[in-house]
This record gives sequence, structure tokens and C-alpha cells, in this order.
Amino acid sequence: MEAEPPAIELRGLARYFGERTALRDVTLRLPAGATLAVLGRNGAGKSTLLRILASLLRPHHGDVVVFGEPLPRRAFAVRARLGLLGHEPLLYRELTGRENLEYHARLHRVGLERVDEVLGAVQMERRAEEPVRLLSRGMVQRLAVCRAVLHAPALLLLDEPRANLDPAASELVEPLIGRASGCTRVLTSHDPRAALAEADLVLALKDGRPAFVGEPQQLGDAQLQELYA
Amino acid sequence: MQCSTSSWRISTPSTTYGRGLRSLSLATIITIAAALALVFFYAPLDASQGFVQKIFYVHVPLAIVSLCGFVFGGLLAIGYLRTGDRRWDMRSYVAIHMALIFGVGGLITGSIWAKASWGHWWVWNEPTLVSFLIVLLLFATYQPLRFSIEDPERQSRYASVFSIVGGAFVPLNYLAVQLATAYVHPRVLTLGGANLPPSMGLTFVVALIGFALLYVTLWKYEMAAKNARSQVRRLRRTLLGDDIARPAGRSAAPS
Amino acid sequence: MRTALVVLRKDLRLELRTFETVPAMVLFALVTFVIFHFGLNRPTIDGQLAAGVLTVTLLFAAMLGINRLFVAEREQGGFDAFLLAPVDRTAMLLAKAGALFLFLVVLEVIAIPAFKLFLLGPSLGPPLPGLILVLALADLGLAVIGTLVSAIAVQTRARDLIGPVIGLPLLLPALIATARAAGPLLAGAHPATAPPGRWLAILALYDVVFALLAYAVFDFLLED
Repeated sequence: MEAEPPAIELRGLARYFGERTALRDVTLRLPAGATLAVLGRNGAGKSTLLRILASLLRPHHGDVVVFGEPLPRRAFAVRARLGLLGHEPLLYRELTGRENLEYHARLHRVGLERVDEVLGAVQMERRAEEPVRLLSRGMVQRLAVCRAVLHAPALLLLDEPRANLDPAASELVEPLIGRASGCTRVLTSHDPRAALAEADLVLALKDGRPAFVGEPQQLGDAQLQELYA
Repeated sequence: MQCSTSSWRISTPSTTYGRGLRSLSLATIITIAAALALVFFYAPLDASQGFVQKIFYVHVPLAIVSLCGFVFGGLLAIGYLRTGDRRWDMRSYVAIHMALIFGVGGLITGSIWAKASWGHWWVWNEPTLVSFLIVLLLFATYQPLRFSIEDPERQSRYASVFSIVGGAFVPLNYLAVQLATAYVHPRVLTLGGANLPPSMGLTFVVALIGFALLYVTLWKYEMAAKNARSQVRRLRRTLLGDDIARPAGRSAAPS
Repeated sequence: MRTALVVLRKDLRLELRTFETVPAMVLFALVTFVIFHFGLNRPTIDGQLAAGVLTVTLLFAAMLGINRLFVAEREQGGFDAFLLAPVDRTAMLLAKAGALFLFLVVLEVIAIPAFKLFLLGPSLGPPLPGLILVLALADLGLAVIGTLVSAIAVQTRARDLIGPVIGLPLLLPALIATARAAGPLLAGAHPATAPPGRWLAILALYDVVFALLAYAVFDFLLED
């Protein structure tokens, strides 16, 4: 028996782009505080799922309920509790890291001292004074993490969060976006084993359709192979 | 799995545009025939312009119906934005499409009239013609706009926004051009005198009704055809095992 | 409203950092004046002709600005960033229209004196308050329609073409009104001191109607 409602509930979720089926028949429940790993090849629908959860895309069929609020109708009620770290850093290249983060802070009505806090956590205080276009990809990714967690979201949507990060940087962002953060998380990774190690629940997608939904231990090696075949 | 939050509904079989189409077509044919009869046998000849003036009975109704059609298309687009039901978008598309055709007809007949009574194929002192040209220039971009957006849902949404703005534009534009050309030159395409003699008035009204009916009939015909086509497509998908229908291909027209 | 100011501030900061838009608009206007000078082959122009030249030049310079308005958002994820925030989406319309309006004002501050210098001739001085009023109203219309059209165009394939192609017919009534209102102000012999009321009324009506309309429909352009 769950004391609180699940963080995410999906029932028969489907989404198309013209002729192409991006997602079909996705059903799952994710308890609050748990981590969902979404596995699949490129183009399997992982990013689409994350964008729907972030309220950036509308579902075409089925139900999406986040923190008890149905999307997209009640998206405005949950937006403040969502944090998306996608493929793109969502930073303006000509502005400095700090200016970008201050912009996001103002949009999310978060105090500017929070910007200092996150920059300190990823050790980017100095480099944040330079325009983003001058930074290496790893640094941009660190800034993107800052942007995603700036407003202390309860649900983190992480699309390949460790991309471009060296081990040292990876360690720095861990407390912000890892299990230790205490947030409910949905993450994708091109390294399935790493994702499985962190997950409480696994959704494996093949061509938009769920090939497996369940606990990570139940996913056999053979199934995993076939997923990426 | 039942879909409960679908924002992508497709035509349900209960919507038929064919209902009443036969009687409507009949009414249209009768009215237009009556109008033609009145034009040629009843309406008096205009003193200054002669026989050529009779094109007025085609030009002005075409123009009025076309402009109303664009506004109508805008109103239908509001329906789409409010409900997300693609049928409204289809209705709006057909309305604008038809209005454009009627509009080109109005432009051409206006030009013919101008040539016959003034000697030039185009006149700037006639506000109806000029504002018409502007409106047509605008709505001529409707289909290219649709075609350049690939995602069908976005296409419908953006086309609806465009239709609403365009529909609001029609009266404003007419007003502006009307004021811009008035008081400078006398209007070219008028009928002698401020009062329309009742015989001309009657003929005009009948012609107007005829063209309006023609517009509605053609609109219904095209809607029926599109509706049937989309239902066929839907049935085909159901038979092929893909039970959630979605629009096929990329085109400027909603399906 | 507050959100709109946040976004506006960001856009102004970006423009000051990159100088991508306004200098191009100004340069375009100046070059166009020169072209008109040679094309019309007169020592000076005045009256309705001058008003027409000015209006057309401002319009086409504005088109440059309009084309660029949402490009950074589209290419650098600005839309997503904004859509993820718990804010009223219409704030983006206000911010962008505000930015475009400011760009146009800066353009005019430079272009009007240049216009006087190049084309109007030394003896003629347009009555500034009247001209400023006309241009302010025109800029409002340009800003609103420009933002709307730019938001539509940025999501299509033929981005740079669709914007002007849709925008120009939509702007025609406003431009007719602008040119007609400015005409008497630029007359050679006896320039009017105040612009004709009728045209100002049309411009104002146009601005109000389209501002309300844009406010109503803009949200639909941002969602997905």
C-alpha cells in the first residue's frame, strides 16, 4: 500500500509524429522518490517520453498523470516541480553561464543566491563568467545540470545526463541529479548497465512499444541484447 | 485501451455532410437560374454603361461571398483551437479554399468590368478591387504555409491561427482601403445614382443568394468528399490491425 | 508582465552582446535611401512621395528584424526553456513585441535624420511631434504583427520567406495609413503641423484589434 500517490502514472500512452509511431501503449506507475530507467535504441522513443513528461509534448492517446495532475490539462500546476535535462543544454551561447542561470532563476521565481549555490556545487563559479560558446562540452553539460536543478524540482527527467562528463565532473553532479538527491527520477542512458544499476523500475522500449516493464533484476541478459539488436 | 485524453479525434461516422445535399444543390441551381433570367430579361440596362454593367451581378456577389467565406473560415478555425477536433480544421480549410476560388472569380470579373467601363484592366480607384487584391495576396499564402509545416497537428494549429488573423483582417483592410480611395476619385464601378432601382435591387439580391447557396453547396460537397476519404482511410487502418487512426502523409490539406 | 520584462531584458542583453539585428536594419535603411535617391532621380522629394519612400524603407528594414526575432529561441532551445517555466506564455509575445518595438525606435532615431539629410533637402523640417506620433503607432502595429508572423514562420521550413510573405499583406492597411498620415507632414511648401486624424484613427484601430487578436492566439503557437 502506498502512503502517497505515485509520482508518475502512464496508461496507454501514445504519441505520433505524422506517420511515425513514436510511442504506443506505454503503461507504468512510478512511486515517489524512485528511479525509472528507460532503455532502448536510438529512436526507440526515450526522448519523446521524457518530453511528454516534461509537458513539452502532448500525448495523443492515453493518460499521463504526474504528481496527481493529468497532463497536459494541468501542466501549469506541476511545471515548477519538473526539471528536464535533455539533449540540448537550453543555454544561450552568447550569454555567460551565470547570465543564463540568472535568466532561468527569474523565470522560475527562484532567488539568485541559488545560482551561486549550484555553481559552487559543480565548481563552475569562475568559468560561469564566460560566454557559453567558449566552454567545453563537459562544462556546458555541467551548466545544463545547474539549470535543470536550479528550482529544486521533485521530478528529474534526465536524458543521458552523463554525456560529455568526465569521471570527476560526473562525481560533482551526482549529489544534484543522482540517487542521493532524493528526487523521483526518470533517466535514459546509452549505457544500459549503468542505468540498470541505479534503477528501481525499468521500461524497455522497442520502436515505441514497451518490450519490458518491471524491476531491473527481472530483465534478462538475452532480453537486453535483443533490445539493442 | 480506451483513450480518455485524446486530443486527436477523427471523424466519427455520425457526421455526414451529404445530408440535405441534394435539396441544397437543387435550391442552388434554381436560384442561379432565376438570377440569370432576371439579369438578362428583367433588370434594366444601365444608362451609362450599357450591357456590360450586368457583370455587376456576378462580380459583387462573388466578392461579398468570398469575403464572408474568409471570415467564416476564421470562425471555424476558432472551433478547432477550442476543441482540438480536426473536423473544424477541415471545415476551415475548405471554407478558405472555396473563398479563394470565389475571390479570384470576383477579381477577374471586376477586372473585366473595369476594362469594359473604364478601359483599363486594373483600376486603383475602386476600393473593392484593391482591398480584394490585398486579401487574396494574404490568403494565397495559406496553402504554402500549411505545406511548409510537417507535423500535422502543428499544421492545423498554425493554419487556424492564420485563419483567425486573416478573418479579422478582412473588415479592417476593407475599411482602410475604402477610406484611402474615397474622396480622391469618383468610384468607377458604381451604378448611376445613389438609389438602386428596385428591379436592379431584386436581381442583385437573387444573384447574391444564388452565389451564397453555391458557396455553401460546394463547401458541403468538398467536406463530404474529404470526410468519406478519411473514413475510408480509417477503416483501412482498422482492417490492417492498426486501430488508432492518425493522419497520413504530408499535404497542404488536412485529412 | 514581470515575466515579459525578464524575457525582454534577456533579449536586449543578447542584442547588445551580438549586435546582430539593429545595425543590419539601420544599414539597410540607409542604403535604401541612397537607392531611392538615385532611382527617383530628383534633388529632393517631399509630401506623399516622401512619406511613401519612408514607409516602405522602414517596412523592409523591419522585416529584417522580424526574421531574426525568434531564431535564437528556435536554435538554442529558448522555446523549451521558456515552456518549462511556470509562467504565462503570453509573456513571450509581450517581450518579443517589446523588443521589436525598441529596435524600430532605435532604427528610426537614426534613419529619420538620415532621411531628412539624404532626401528631404535642407530647407524642409518635418514637424517632429506629429511624425513621432505617426511612427509610434506604426511601430506598434509592426511590432505586434511582426511578432505574430515571426512566431509562425520560425517553425516552418521556408522560414525566411514565409515571414515577409504573410506579414506584408497583413501590414498593408497599417502602412497605407502610415504613409497617408505622414504625407501632409512632409509636404514641401506648407507642412501640416498635425497628422490627419482619420489616418491616426485607422492606425490606432488596427493596432488595438491586432494586439488583442495576437494576445488571444499566441499561446497556440507555442504549444506542441
